Amino acid sequence: MSLIMINSLVKEYNGASDVVRACDKISCTIEKSEFIAVMGPSGSGKSTLLSIMGGLNHPTNGEVIIDGLDIYSLAIEQLADFRREYIGFVFQSFQLIPYLTVLENVMLPLAVTDYSNKQQMEISAEILNRVGLYDKMHRLPNQLSGGEQERVAIARCLINRPPIVLADEPTGNLDSLTGIEIMELFQSLNAEGQTVIMVTHNPENAEFAGRIIQLKDGKIAA
Amino acid sequence: MKLYHIAKNSFFRRKTRMVFLILGLLIAISTVVTLITITRTMQEDIAVKLDEFGANILILPKSDNLSLSYGGMNVSGFSFNTNELNDTAIPKIRTIKNSENISIIAPKLLNVGKVQQQEVLVAGVNFDEEIRIKKWWSLIGNIPKQKGEAVIGAEVKNKLKLGLNRTVKINKKIFSIVGVLEETGSQDDGLIFIDLREAQELFNKPQMLSLIEVSALCYNCPIEEIVRQTSEILPAAKVVAVRQTIKNKMDTMHRFESFTIGISVIILLVGALIVFTTMSSSVSERKREIGIFRALGFRQKHVLNIVLLEGFFVSFITGFFGYFVGLLISGFTAPVLGVTTFSLSIDPVLLLGATLLSIIIGTGSSFYPAYKASRLDPSFALRTL
Repeated sequence: MSLIMINSLVKEYNGASDVVRACDKISCTIEKSEFIAVMGPSGSGKSTLLSIMGGLNHPTNGEVIIDGLDIYSLAIEQLADFRREYIGFVFQSFQLIPYLTVLENVMLPLAVTDYSNKQQMEISAEILNRVGLYDKMHRLPNQLSGGEQERVAIARCLINRPPIVLADEPTGNLDSLTGIEIMELFQSLNAEGQTVIMVTHNPENAEFAGRIIQLKDGKIAA
Repeated sequence: MKLYHIAKNSFFRRKTRMVFLILGLLIAISTVVTLITITRTMQEDIAVKLDEFGANILILPKSDNLSLSYGGMNVSGFSFNTNELNDTAIPKIRTIKNSENISIIAPKLLNVGKVQQQEVLVAGVNFDEEIRIKKWWSLIGNIPKQKGEAVIGAEVKNKLKLGLNRTVKINKKIFSIVGVLEETGSQDDGLIFIDLREAQELFNKPQMLSLIEVSALCYNCPIEEIVRQTSEILPAAKVVAVRQTIKNKMDTMHRFESFTIGISVIILLVGALIVFTTMSSSVSERKREIGIFRALGFRQKHVLNIVLLEGFFVSFITGFFGYFVGLLISGFTAPVLGVTTFSLSIDPVLLLGATLLSIIIGTGSSFYPAYKASRLDPSFALRTL
């Protein structure tokens, strides 16, 4: 069975004067350990599709089945538990909590788990070491460069060891050299068996992916 | 890291917002503490001053017979009563539940004595207590310190042609006049005061009393309750509250209390409104942050707890320090308001009360913003996704 199965997914938003259909009967499957790039022009429904796959945005119609679980049949709090266990988000513009240090930002998903402080520190330190930020763990996000902030965001998304990483324009705010570094990091994660689904405008980034899903007007174009 | 770490860091590292929030609530709590402290001190001050007007409880023997009049109040005719008072009543009064409110107990034996072939009312008193309960007395000379000494009223002095350092024979016993009262306008002017024990011996009424005057500091106690407790412990006596004095005293105090409560409620409402609006706007500003929490798998109750914990931190710190700020302000304000009895001492009950009140207001006012935050749609909150 595929890790992710999307069947006839429809998402409509109420616009100012009419209904906007962001996803129009999208169906697709994603296997475990795939590295997918979701591409398409602005307004094609990429980010909406990503948020629906992440359990953040209820679809108007259709179903999203992840690891055999129809995630939108879950109650609100169970859906939160699902996100914690299955999904790691890397947001555009990092989305770090400004008043928490690098270490605390990385530990954030563990704050609602049963891990002790010591365990949380050990796991976080290990991941920060991997992304090369061990020495900067006590800094606040505004004391880091863009690339470093992105690496913190990636470390945070990996802390729970989620089966799926969803990344929305992860290099959108980075220079090209740093962007490549980040993409290499995603590639190495994928090489270790991590499923990565990435929304991007950048064809160079898409080259790192194993498969590209092209969206146009809310539909899969290719 | 646990939820309270997030709340604590949000609280301590987002200084500008927290300074305004703390200031808003701190001003409210410290103002209320100031009002309560000042009003309480003023009440005590007034109670002490009102007590200078004399006794507010009279204890008399129960009697169906004729009575003598004393101080504008009826005193039972001790010669004929069936339930006489005696010295044992005094320690009993000190054992009532509200005994800490009893300020002065002044027992008296009144008896008609023969002086220069005339009948004069003689009062046996404990001079130390009598001087305290009758603060309006102005005495020329001294109060009796030993046996055989007496104080006379102004009328006795004039009618019997007596004076300071002279002697007076009462029922064949000679007393030195060591003090003369200046005119009081009361029945005290027509009395001769001698020591209670001597009076009991002189009139052959060992341990007997005609009445007991009691002054109770009643700013925080219902005088009726003291009367009831005293009546219970002295079933053979008639315990009477001097209504007018008490009524005026209580009215004054209640006016102060009502004023304090009214102002405090308004100030606390303003404080609650400040917390509510600040927390609400904070939640609106933090939609993105709340969206991140929710995306990372925080349940609604986790978000609710974070916001409530922040409210708790603010209100706890504010309540605790607000008390001390209020106390300091009271220290500066009390002399300006003419309160002379103020002392800068910590009242643990008020400290606890201020902290608890602050927590109730701060956390209570944060509840709706916290609830709103927890119900935020994560996809709406995270516009970037």
